[in-house]
Amino acid sequence: MYVAVKGGERAIDNAHEWLAEERRGDTDIAELSIAQIREQLALAVNRVMAEGSLYDPDLAALAIKQSRGDLIEAIFLIRAYRTTLPRIGHSKPIETSDMACDRRISATFKDLPGGQILGPTFDYTHRLLDFKLAAEGKAPVAQTRETDVDRMPRVTDFLNQDGLIQTETPTDTSPPDLTRQPMQFPAGRPLRLQNLTRGDEGFVLSIAYSTQRGYARNHPFVGELRIGRVVVEMDIPALGFAVDIGEITVTECETVNQFTGSKTEPAQFTRGYGLVFGQTERKAISMALVDRALRWEELGEDNMGAPAQDEEFVLAHSDNIQATGFLEHIKLPHYVDFQSELELVRKLRRETADATKEAAE
Amino acid sequence: MSDYNFAYLDEQTKRMIRRAILKGVAIPGYQVPFASREMPMPYGWGTGGVQVSAACLTPEDTFKVIDQGADDTTNAVSIRKFFEFTAGVAVTEHTGEATVIQTRHRIPEEPLREDQILVYQVPIPEPLRFLEPRETETRKMHALEEYGLMHVKLYEDISRHGNIATSYAYPVKVEGRYVMDPSPIPKFDNPKLEMAAIQLFGAGREQRIYAIPPYTQVISLDFEDYPFDPSKADHPCDLCGAEHTYLDEVIIDDAGGRMFVCSDTDYCAGRQADGHRGRLSPIQEAAE
Amino acid sequence: MTNPLFSVRDVAKYYGGRIGCADVSFDLYPGEVMGIVGESGSGKSTLLNCLAGHLTPDAGQILFDTRTGGVRDTREMSEPERRMLSRTDWAFVHQHARDGLRMSVSAGGNVGERLMAVGARRYDTIRAQAIDWLGRVEIDESRIDDRPTAFSGGMQQRLQIARNLVTGPRLVFMDEPTGGLDVSVQARLLDLLRSLVREMGLSAIIVTHDLAVVRLLADRLMVMKSGYVVEAGLTDQVLDDPQHAYTQLLVSSVLQV
Repeated sequence: MYVAVKGGERAIDNAHEWLAEERRGDTDIAELSIAQIREQLALAVNRVMAEGSLYDPDLAALAIKQSRGDLIEAIFLIRAYRTTLPRIGHSKPIETSDMACDRRISATFKDLPGGQILGPTFDYTHRLLDFKLAAEGKAPVAQTRETDVDRMPRVTDFLNQDGLIQTETPTDTSPPDLTRQPMQFPAGRPLRLQNLTRGDEGFVLSIAYSTQRGYARNHPFVGELRIGRVVVEMDIPALGFAVDIGEITVTECETVNQFTGSKTEPAQFTRGYGLVFGQTERKAISMALVDRALRWEELGEDNMGAPAQDEEFVLAHSDNIQATGFLEHIKLPHYVDFQSELELVRKLRRETADATKEAAE
Repeated sequence: MSDYNFAYLDEQTKRMIRRAILKGVAIPGYQVPFASREMPMPYGWGTGGVQVSAACLTPEDTFKVIDQGADDTTNAVSIRKFFEFTAGVAVTEHTGEATVIQTRHRIPEEPLREDQILVYQVPIPEPLRFLEPRETETRKMHALEEYGLMHVKLYEDISRHGNIATSYAYPVKVEGRYVMDPSPIPKFDNPKLEMAAIQLFGAGREQRIYAIPPYTQVISLDFEDYPFDPSKADHPCDLCGAEHTYLDEVIIDDAGGRMFVCSDTDYCAGRQADGHRGRLSPIQEAAE
Repeated sequence: MTNPLFSVRDVAKYYGGRIGCADVSFDLYPGEVMGIVGESGSGKSTLLNCLAGHLTPDAGQILFDTRTGGVRDTREMSEPERRMLSRTDWAFVHQHARDGLRMSVSAGGNVGERLMAVGARRYDTIRAQAIDWLGRVEIDESRIDDRPTAFSGGMQQRLQIARNLVTGPRLVFMDEPTGGLDVSVQARLLDLLRSLVREMGLSAIIVTHDLAVVRLLADRLMVMKSGYVVEAGLTDQVLDDPQHAYTQLLVSSVLQV
């Protein structure tokens, strides 16, 4: 005898308990601390801050712990938390030419004022598993040297001085805010950049990669990639001047791309731009390539029909919180819609069968 | 209660959502863009409905949540608990007692009243989306009332299957103007869209809110010679014997045995309490 | 004397400093077919797209004698009015059928779309009209539920014509309607177009680089070069006794073939 399924509530509570137990794992193994995650899984923390669009390493580390290392789940926790925070005001734009750089490279010039700084990069490591890391070791110490440069001008600024690269004109208009206004198309570049900077790293990477393989190729060079700390300032109306409210680490990538020009307009390189919270250089480079591809119309290029040129396609599908939610919602019960489909298919089959029978008679 | 603001969202955000709702009510069936927030449940799991409910709820409200018609499906439980926790409102499983009802995929069988609000969770608000994927294009089609393509879809259904092959999320025209997606309710529920209660639709991921004010004309699209048919499984409920309700099909043994039960669990329980019995009712008749 | 159906006055379109077309004026009377010829780059397609409302001209007037509102400048119509016009009284036949068809919709649906767009709501009537029109463009009724992807190039083009003519438009724009088809297929399509135009008393503007097409279909002719009309007149007159050097060149190059 059938009794309608009850007990959803208890099942949920039990599932949550089980999840908590699994999260902790074997209790003979020491529990991870938030500080350990923050310090030793820093790149994961950076990604969660970037795509969660909230700069707080401790909260990001907590989210990673709570999500058992599922970074999209961690990003989701941060985004949901972010919703509850009041908006106190806006910072002034950060000044990345004043950045205290940990890393600064240019692929377009061998040397440049301020020099090339490799910084803490995987680039030239041999990807061999280091079994020494499996054993507990002593803390490595890197050499340090006092910097003799206090300012690192941007590579694109050199090019701009000679008119070799297209000038980006500053404006005083406030950009629209993706987190406060609904996305509407056409979006325009400020919204595109906001969307890309918190877009899924894998998605932005793949779209960027597709441009390199010929789907709207735009011949990028990394004009400059820099990672470091910048000061965040905020105007305090009561004081009448701006005060430092803290320091954040960001990754900035400026690409120098294929030139435009005509008989009347001299040839010029064009730009793509990426700026992401934390040390997140794969994402920043990808972002710059996608930004550049999306600018085809403004730069008078042809629409090749490539995915990377399709603003609506890229922006509507870049957010992993939207994507994962909608994808996973098909786990929810759909038996009402399925039942209507079932009835319809039965009806259509019945009619076909009747028609065949009539034809046979 | 909790440390969060009443019903989770801050007042600024609720005001923004209320403005969108008012605009939606003023232009029935029109999709109003709104700045959907990240909620603590995933997109696609009712975040649009949750934000609309959060903007509508007052401390005096009594809240009911159904998913697939049932109050105790997991996601309904989860959303109900969310508002119990963040808003401290009274909750109920009885349609008649609720002032705000959030639903996914069903309209309650019991007719709603003027003092009730029905909030739908909507996955894809754009009825033209699967005919034209581009938002910029579909907005133009709505603005210019170019709905020929919608009928092309129905035409294709009939020419291929002999019938209109849309069984849920069946498109409607609201007050003679906007073509609207009623969310994935079965077409059986479409006639109930003309009701006394106010109906609000929230699509969180797609950032749209729309509405059907009370007593608004809602017509399911069709052809004169292939009229809209809100049919359902041709059985009575095996628990309460109702002949006029939408039914779930339940497989009860390995041999393909099945039974049909009301998808609206509250309605079914109410009928059983009133003494109605179906073919397989487990409740013993007191008289026997 | 009847009034012109369609009057064009001093239409011009510029692409930056370059002339797309300029100083174009003509009248088209009901039932008349006008050919526009010229080599590629002569401005004939730009002109056609301006006339049909696909491009916005930079100057001039485009007047159409509407059924209900009298003579209207289509440039001053609202977007909904213009769209309504282009799915009722106007039709546009693209060079490539795939630009004018919905390739994922059946032949019947393609023909029926314009009917449904103007309010037809009886399936059987729509289907009957689709069958009738498929017949008129020599497509077998049995193909009504097939998609155009399963059709040959010539059939696709005939389907596009049926789709356009089903609402009984009064003015048809055609952009190289026979371009891209085999010669034998072209001849059949031209025959079909000629009889449809006569039967329905259609007014049409046909852009082509093929003088054989205009000789067969057009009552009058405009010859374009570098964005300007260099010669205009009755088709036979222009082709048999071309005045402008460019027209002479066009005509002689055809004769040599």
